[in-house]
Amino acid sequence: MSENNTGLKKMMIILSKATLDSVYAAFVLANGARMEGYEAEMFFTFFGLEAVHKKKMNDLRFATVGNPAMPFPTMIGGLPGMEAMATKMMKKEMAKLDLPEVPEFLEILSASGVRLWACKLAADMFKYKKEDLYEEIEAIITVGDFYARGSEPGTQMLFI
Amino acid sequence: MEKTIAGKTINVNEEGFMTDFGQWTKEVGEELAKENEIELTPRHWEVLTYIQDQVKKEVGLTIRGIGKSGIVDIKEFYALFPKAPLKTATKIAGVPKPASCI
Repeated sequence: MSENNTGLKKMMIILSKATLDSVYAAFVLANGARMEGYEAEMFFTFFGLEAVHKKKMNDLRFATVGNPAMPFPTMIGGLPGMEAMATKMMKKEMAKLDLPEVPEFLEILSASGVRLWACKLAADMFKYKKEDLYEEIEAIITVGDFYARGSEPGTQMLFI
Repeated sequence: MEKTIAGKTINVNEEGFMTDFGQWTKEVGEELAKENEIELTPRHWEVLTYIQDQVKKEVGLTIRGIGKSGIVDIKEFYALFPKAPLKTATKIAGVPKPASCI
C-alpha cells in the first residue's frame, strides 16, 4: 500500500510461553501485522508449543503467581483453584472485546495468511510429533530454518 | 483535505479515508478501488455493502466479525483485498477506518 513507507515488510514472532497473556499478545501482534498488510510468521518454541498442541491449547491459563499486576498477592495466587478462577474471569472480559479463544484465534491467523512453524528442539524435548500439533503448523523446523525465513530487508523479529 | 475523484469533490483525511459518507457514490468507490489496485467484482460489492450496513448499524468492524458475517470468510476477504483488507475495504466503502486490533 502506498502509505506503507516504513520499510517494514514482515513480522516474525517467536512465542516461548504458554500463559494466556503471552499467547494472546503474540497472536494479536501476528494478526495485527496481517491486518496492516505486512507478512507474518510465528515460531512456537518451548512452552509456546502448548498453544498449538491439539490437546493442550484449550486449557491454557493466566499466571497468578509471579505476576505483580494481578489484583491480589502472589501467595493468594498460589492457592488451589486461583489460576482457574482468574482465567475464567479474564476470559469473560476478553469475550466482551470479541477476542476469540485459542483454537479459533489460530484458525483466524492461518486464514489470514500467518505462517506457523514449530521448533524442532522443543518438539524433541517434549516428544511432540507433527500430528500432535494444530494442523496448520506447516512443519517442525530448526532455529536456523526460521532465521533463514527472515533474512530479507524489512523483517523484524519479536521474542515473547 | 479535498480531493476530486470520479468528477466529484470529496473530503478525505490524511490517510485517504472519506470523512463524509454523504459524498460517497458507487463511482467514487470504483475510483478509490482503482487507487488501491483493486478491480471490483460482484463479490467485492457484497462485502462493501455489508461493511456499509454494519457501519450504519454502528457495529464495530473486526476481521473476526467479517469472518462470521456469512458474506465472506477470512481467507476470501484477504484474497479480495490482499493488502490490509479491513483498511482497504473500509476506505473503498467510504466509511471510517475501524479502530480495531483484531
